Amino acid sequence: MKKSVSNWGNYPVIESDERFFTLKEKLNSLLKEDKQLIARGNGRCYGDAGLADQIISTVKFDKVLAFDTTNGIFECQSGLTLDKILDVIVPKGWFLPVTPGTKFISVGGAVASDIHGKNHHVDGSFSNHVMEIELILASGETIICTPELHHDLFTATCGGMGLTGIITRVKFGLKKIETAYIKQKQVKARNLDHVLELFEEYKHYTYSVAWIDCLKKGSHFGRSILILGEHASKDDLTEKQKTAPLVLPIKKQVSIPFFFPSFVLNKWSVQLFNFLYYNKNFKNEINNVVPYEPFFYPLDAILNWNRGYGRKGFVQYQFVLPLSQKDGLTAILQKISSKGLGSFLAVLKVFGKQESLISFPDEGYTLALDFPVRKGLFDFLDELDQMVLQFGGRIYLSKDARMKPEIFWKSYPHAVEFADIVRKYDPGSRFSSVQSKRLLQTK
Amino acid sequence: MPVVLILGATSDIGVAIAKKFAAEKYGVILASRNPEQLSPLKSDLAIRFGIDCYSCQFDAMDFGSHQNFYQSLPVKPDIAICIFGYMKDNEFVSAHPDELVRTIGTNFTGAASILNIIARDFSKRKSGTIVGISSVAGLRGRQSNYIYGSAKAGFIAYLSGLRNRLFRDQVHVLTVLPGFVNTSMTEDLQLPPLLTAQPVEVAVALYKGVSKKKNTIYVKWFWKWIMLIIKMIPEPIFKKLRL
Repeated sequence: MKKSVSNWGNYPVIESDERFFTLKEKLNSLLKEDKQLIARGNGRCYGDAGLADQIISTVKFDKVLAFDTTNGIFECQSGLTLDKILDVIVPKGWFLPVTPGTKFISVGGAVASDIHGKNHHVDGSFSNHVMEIELILASGETIICTPELHHDLFTATCGGMGLTGIITRVKFGLKKIETAYIKQKQVKARNLDHVLELFEEYKHYTYSVAWIDCLKKGSHFGRSILILGEHASKDDLTEKQKTAPLVLPIKKQVSIPFFFPSFVLNKWSVQLFNFLYYNKNFKNEINNVVPYEPFFYPLDAILNWNRGYGRKGFVQYQFVLPLSQKDGLTAILQKISSKGLGSFLAVLKVFGKQESLISFPDEGYTLALDFPVRKGLFDFLDELDQMVLQFGGRIYLSKDARMKPEIFWKSYPHAVEFADIVRKYDPGSRFSSVQSKRLLQTK
Repeated sequence: MPVVLILGATSDIGVAIAKKFAAEKYGVILASRNPEQLSPLKSDLAIRFGIDCYSCQFDAMDFGSHQNFYQSLPVKPDIAICIFGYMKDNEFVSAHPDELVRTIGTNFTGAASILNIIARDFSKRKSGTIVGISSVAGLRGRQSNYIYGSAKAGFIAYLSGLRNRLFRDQVHVLTVLPGFVNTSMTEDLQLPPLLTAQPVEVAVALYKGVSKKKNTIYVKWFWKWIMLIIKMIPEPIFKKLRL
């Protein structure tokens, strides 16, 4: 039975036959039908990576299998989402080694996207903490891979967008924490140069990210707020917080109940929002202790915030440029600023070193912003792609919905090697998504 | 720690109910035909909710094994919930005698057989709660689903009699009539979204029904009225309808 499915950006929407399983036996029988398919977790990637004519949903395959509370090792089925994991591990004094800006993604998705977080420059990406992955190959065979065992399969699975097989189980290491709170520092930056200097100055901080106003021109071009954080120790807490340092106060969530009409977002409303956001901090520097949730997941408090972009949906554009390409970053930001198509806020982060096959992070600057889908947008993004390519950068596949194949092949240096490994384990392209058909199979 | 026994724990509704009771700090005994399949759920409940969790083998159709099954439980439950069920297309069932036997055997005979053993124990202990998940399909036989429906009708009558019998022994009997639920059993059916409940809604309604000592609950309130209307249609008219 086909139904309409889309990922978090609400673009594209396709008709798909989505199948669920709670037991491995059911998954095996689903795989006996000889169809092309892709595994999909909680549908929080933005574009078309988790979409196909047939989707095997892992959302019901979500059990915790083991939790070593002494050494901080966690093992679960691939459909379990990070919010559920946090509920289990935080009260025991452990935290996710790496987390993206939403806790509503599945563990399988975290591996397939090889997610990064605000601590990339210190701790690397998610796959750096993965000890074991169990996956089912196109042949139906269940295989366990680790950084040592079936090394090629392991590296192609981390960041491989589900093309090597269906991830069923993941074992990974956690990070020890004393409290569920974050010691936060927010520093205002006048412009782009200033914020990049601040990133350098504060690089010893575990967590860092900047919210940047990409519509401001002139000497304030690139003005931003740099947000830094460390896990708080017990001594940092108030007396009241100290009574239960690993438990957060309960907070209400709000939800956007329907799609906003598309005229709500325009150049002026975005400018107004950015003005308010930047000026909400009166002081140039704020230091405080906050619960981990608003620090890591500010947007999760607003359920369905993606509906704010209207029914046509949006694409999130995230690219990374090498450290040497600071001018490139300026040039791209200027182009976005001059066009006025950008989002409320853009997120800027400096990645640390990473060696990987197909994963997105690379040492350098990464910028992410939302673009509501409208006429002329894709032509504009094609122009941006050319600039990213020219400056030696690349685009995050988990957020992509429209990149041209030649950009992919030219910008991912190990794309050919990756495709060879995928072909070795899946010669008939059993696992394929709308994205992989667009990018991979066209070469 | 009070203990709940879940008969049919690999089903979507079974999983949701196990989670709900574990979250309320009940110890959980999971029972199903294939106990190896229960091991992920068992570890999940124990780790996530910090409760004691056991799993064991139970086959509704193996009536002769029921006494032994109950005797050998690691602890005796305070609440027993009978969730298992078996439903296939009515045409298919009516054309295959063994399917007919299996449909009635699982949904009625198996359920009555195990609950009878549990009821005798609860009656002796003068405490406990028995929950049976039947179906709105058991409220009136319709041509599209009458074999399954008749077994569920038998189960409704069994539970009602049991409630009457066990009342003076302080044993509570709850009948749950879920209506359409979005599960693996109904995955291939085109269900009306507004009338369809999620497994977690069944679990929440059931938990509330147990706490409030209700007799019969519908998971979604309107099913009571829908079924009332269907029950009231006079037979001479009803038999001509295509329901």
